[in-house]
Amino acid sequence: MYRSHILVCGGTGCQSNKSQTIFSEFKKQIEEKGLDKDIQVVMTGCFGLCSVGPVVIVYPEGAFYSGLTPEDVTEIVEEHLIKGRLVTHLLYKDHATTQAVKALSDTNFYKKQTRVALRNCGVINPENIDEYIAYDGYQALIKCLSGDLSPQDVVDALKKSGLRGRGGGGFPTGMKWQFTKDAVGDIKYVCVNADEGDPGAFMDRSVLEGDPHAVLEAMAIAGYAIGSNKGYIYVRAEYPIAVERCKIAIKQAKEYGLLGQNILGTDFCFDIEIRLGAGAFVCGEETALMTSIEGNRGEPRPRPPFPAIKGLFGKPTLLNNVETYANVAQIILKGADWFASMGTAKSKGTKVFALGGKITNTGLVEIPMGTTLRQVIDDIGGGIPNGKKFKAAQTGGPSGGCIPAEHFDIAIDYDNLISIGSMMGSGGMIVMDEDNCMVDIAKFFLTFTVDESCGKCTPCRIGNRRLLEYLEKITSGNATMQDLDDMEKLCYYIKENSLCGLGQTAPNPVLSTLRYFRDEYIAHIVDKKCPAGVCKSLLQFTITDACKGCSACSRKCPVGAISGEIKSKFTIDQSKCIKCGACIETCKFNAIVKK
Amino acid sequence: MKTIADIMAIRDKMQSQIIVRDNSDGEIRVVVGMATCGISAGARPVFNALVDEVSTRQLKNVKITRAGCLGMCKLEPIVEVFIPGQEKVTYVHVDAEKAKQIVANHIVNGNVVTEYLITNV
Repeated sequence: MYRSHILVCGGTGCQSNKSQTIFSEFKKQIEEKGLDKDIQVVMTGCFGLCSVGPVVIVYPEGAFYSGLTPEDVTEIVEEHLIKGRLVTHLLYKDHATTQAVKALSDTNFYKKQTRVALRNCGVINPENIDEYIAYDGYQALIKCLSGDLSPQDVVDALKKSGLRGRGGGGFPTGMKWQFTKDAVGDIKYVCVNADEGDPGAFMDRSVLEGDPHAVLEAMAIAGYAIGSNKGYIYVRAEYPIAVERCKIAIKQAKEYGLLGQNILGTDFCFDIEIRLGAGAFVCGEETALMTSIEGNRGEPRPRPPFPAIKGLFGKPTLLNNVETYANVAQIILKGADWFASMGTAKSKGTKVFALGGKITNTGLVEIPMGTTLRQVIDDIGGGIPNGKKFKAAQTGGPSGGCIPAEHFDIAIDYDNLISIGSMMGSGGMIVMDEDNCMVDIAKFFLTFTVDESCGKCTPCRIGNRRLLEYLEKITSGNATMQDLDDMEKLCYYIKENSLCGLGQTAPNPVLSTLRYFRDEYIAHIVDKKCPAGVCKSLLQFTITDACKGCSACSRKCPVGAISGEIKSKFTIDQSKCIKCGACIETCKFNAIVKK
Repeated sequence: MKTIADIMAIRDKMQSQIIVRDNSDGEIRVVVGMATCGISAGARPVFNALVDEVSTRQLKNVKITRAGCLGMCKLEPIVEVFIPGQEKVTYVHVDAEKAKQIVANHIVNGNVVTEYLITNV
């Protein structure tokens, strides 16, 4: 029996900050002190507070240490584990109060969250099936197989729960399961879409890294419900930790007879294989994903027929996102009414968001549907750093749009976001402050989709490239108002004529920034100015009268564009200036401005 | 290959081991003085006995934690029991056997074990 548990975050964010070394260091030192019988060191999935990683929780106190280095381990072992004194200066400091907060559950970041899909992330050791079982793991599958629930009961429960696809589309999950169940076919497949490609999104990765058995269990339940005995996990090869933990989880589940032939001694058989994606964004689109699993080049095909009728290898296929599956076992165990009690009229349950950009607590959060953007950003996210003003939040990645400050109090759910021209998307949420240029943001996402277009259909392949050229023209100050009109028309043309979701949604970042920030576009075109001071071609660096003539900037300038006499005002030669900003960082008197 | 009964058995066994990670509100706290004085007086076996007893009895709302020196080193090992809504109770000169009695009589049955109280010293 261990008297104390040390939980070290093993998510990708913390691992890139040496949490693996911290983990081994704890193990080593605890063994050296002869405490390895008393204290257990566990590596878990993501805790969510990636911005202050690597993070470690010590139970039973629940002390939450953040920003650790391998050198800090000795102090925690000596002081906390041996003498029982918390190492206060290493505890996580809540940004709102700056008092040292002891437990993770005491932080604002956690208090306002409701964890369903992430319930086990950062709580259990994902490489130990017994810990998953301890937290009621595989109980939902047992409930199905022991005869308590018929396959139709499972589908009905999902329908009643109101669960909608968490990959972005928001299609009712229960209906999808019903269609696949009703489809006629000798073989059916269950697939999970773990090809998370949006820039800045890592919800699915964290679930697979932190709680892989939850996805396996839900897939087996899906197999039982629709009459399938074969599942595929399609996960990108750039997620090595997630892939490794899925492999371990499948192996353990097979050893326990929770996957494979005659599961738990019943007639039900279900096996799961992993397929690695090479990281093409388009493979997150369902038809392209299945084409890729079949071993072909990942390109979409027209729908219908939908995968529920004719999917993988031409057979009826159920394809859901990782986060959707992560909710299933809980719905079966706690009931559809419990799930439906959370959220808004048409969007039930919770949603995981990956918070990124200009926000204090970068990380992973799970909120009930209907939470306002203000609560997510100010209360959970800890607000915008450096006293800057909130400008917009981008949701839905390259397929989505932005939510401007005027909609700061909007309740986040599928329908509200669509009504204001954005979308839920898979859950990336990038926060922007007054220093972000919205035209530049649109250009960033367009560059991404142009790169990732598979090239099969013309509107997407050529249309988006032309669209990007318009944006480059605007940001370099060479566009006319006619270009703006033409660009807008092109957006609608691409949306209406593209083959798959990638092309149909690619112009969304442009349309949504045009809707809320048209004045910024006009400022670029008419005034040849970038109001946020981002687009380099439109900026000019000048030295004001605050200059003391110290010559620091002229010594720093890499192209020798700054000259002047010591103790009198210096000047910048605009023909030489490359607008790198080195002079601004150097100046001690704030005498250099860009506008 | 496991049966449903096997999985249930694993769940019960593991649940008693992960109780330590439960951090819910409204819980009973048992604090053991574990500074140098406490440890040298034998606080560690006391702590382990408490943890064992609580997990054997599957008491989910009881948290065993450590504290530093309480200032009365000659009375160590000291164990304090905090039950929400009640006054704190301090036990002194505790050993592993006494610790088990404290869990059984005080925490489970609600009867303070008066003979080990600090007021008896």
